[in-house]
Amino acid sequence: MSATVYPTDPNTRSDTIGARRTLVRESARRSLARRRLVGRIAVGSCVVAVAISLAPLIALVAYTTSRGIRAISWGFVTHIPTPPGIPGGGISSAIVGSVIIVGLAAVIAVPVGTMCALFLVERRGRLAGALRFGADVLTGVPSIALGIFAYAVLIGPGSLIGHFSGIAGSFALAVLMLPIIIRASEAAMRSVPRDLWEAGLALGVRRSRVVRSVVLRGALPGLVTGNLLAVARAVGETAPLLFTVLGASLLVTNPLQPMGALSLTIYSNANQPFPAAQQIAWGTAFVLLVLVLVLSIVARLVSARLNRQAR
Amino acid sequence: MTIDITTSAEMSSGTDPQRHDRPGATSDMTAAVSLRGVNVSFGKHTVVRDVTLDLARNRVTALVGPSGCGKTTILRAINRLHDDTGGKVTGQVLVGDLDVYARDTQAELVRSRVGMVFQRPNPFPTMSIFDNVVAGLRLNGVRSKSVLREAAEAALHHAALWDLVKDRLNSPAVKLSGGQQQRLCIARALAVEPEVLLMDEPCSSLDPIATAKIEELITHLATDVTIGLVTHNMFQATRVSDYTAFFLLGEDRATGELVEYGPTKMIFDAPHDPRTRAYVSGEVG
Repeated sequence: MSATVYPTDPNTRSDTIGARRTLVRESARRSLARRRLVGRIAVGSCVVAVAISLAPLIALVAYTTSRGIRAISWGFVTHIPTPPGIPGGGISSAIVGSVIIVGLAAVIAVPVGTMCALFLVERRGRLAGALRFGADVLTGVPSIALGIFAYAVLIGPGSLIGHFSGIAGSFALAVLMLPIIIRASEAAMRSVPRDLWEAGLALGVRRSRVVRSVVLRGALPGLVTGNLLAVARAVGETAPLLFTVLGASLLVTNPLQPMGALSLTIYSNANQPFPAAQQIAWGTAFVLLVLVLVLSIVARLVSARLNRQAR
Repeated sequence: MTIDITTSAEMSSGTDPQRHDRPGATSDMTAAVSLRGVNVSFGKHTVVRDVTLDLARNRVTALVGPSGCGKTTILRAINRLHDDTGGKVTGQVLVGDLDVYARDTQAELVRSRVGMVFQRPNPFPTMSIFDNVVAGLRLNGVRSKSVLREAAEAALHHAALWDLVKDRLNSPAVKLSGGQQQRLCIARALAVEPEVLLMDEPCSSLDPIATAKIEELITHLATDVTIGLVTHNMFQATRVSDYTAFFLLGEDRATGELVEYGPTKMIFDAPHDPRTRAYVSGEVG
């Protein structure tokens, strides 16, 4: 250790300090008004930006609610559709169809996505990088392209199933959900401190067991939120279902058959020039909105609860 | 062990007696920082209660006590760092004649007078050594290149880092070692020429050699800066501080309190309070 050289005479230093101290204080005081103003402008801009982004959302919810709520009745959600021109009828087939299609999509996408995320967290290297890049690219693929892809693979001539079916829609939605799940799950798993991994490994626990007890458990709130948000996103998608599910007026529970779906009901009814059909479209849109809202709230509640337990 | 509780601060402040001989150092008992009945609470939880404490001008005051008893919380109350973390401070804090929590007192001005050094060295990772040191000056509106240059040199000298870095002021700060980074952070705080420097366990992430350097530096800095030092290291407190404040959880086991305050030698050799005696003699904690 070399001897530390401190400035020489404390007294002369005090003089220069005094001068510089005064200068800095003055500068701070003089610039403070301007800094405060700039700060206020910045905060103001952020508030305006938030307002601008919230306005369409609020308008959309308000408008959909005001138009759609008139269509809502017990019959609307429990009856199957009536033929055009005949009053009454509901969207039960679409609700059941959506639940089955999205449920199956989740059954496909959640395990695959979670395992992909685990791979990304566990492994570094080219393959992981490629996978992450692939997931990012997949996020940007238009959902209609996913629909065409599913059509080509599962439905079109010479393909696996060969006819319109709910399961084909599930497949398309699963592909849509995958990148969302992968990125959200990866972030959740990464938020589990590295120390905990090492603590587990240092106890002589197998790697797979550490993953289960430490990583997956620690990331659980984030995993639940990410997956539920992916489901919420998928419920509202229309394009991937257009070429796959086709739509059905009858109550279909066999996913190998064409099925109804909420988004398809909106699409087909909103296109028609009849007020009654449009009313059904608004009503369905409202039901869909409520469904997505409920899913988001459930995601929040579950993750808050899991977070509390974790403490 | 001397049981002499009337020992004056002048006699008892251990490490660097000659600095008290400096002309004009008669201000020993004048407080640079005064806390009067200070409480800090987060939500319903009062973290530390009713602290009345002075930091003597140009002296080192150590805040010691077990973890979770509110030492750091009190330290951070002095330059209003709780403003942004939702902590509520009641009571009075004075820095010189500035009422820190008065309605028209602006936090920025308090902080330009009260510097802070944290537990882990935290140089701005995207900035060079030079830019780190002058960051506070620039943010406080100092533009003049010559002033920045001089201030950086003085601060780095003061932090005993100048000779080490004078040839690579433009290299990234994160390339320095941990101890050097911590001295850089001290230089960064000093460049703003604060009257008071708060240090929150500044050596806890450093090795003994780097710690020794920082301790030497702390003793030296106290010639013209008032230092409040939170430390878990009893020996560090005895080595560098003139006064010691001992904190402990109160009877509710949830709220920290100031148990005893006095010249360091008294706190360690002849404390009044049995709880202090137990702690400094290593019977508890």
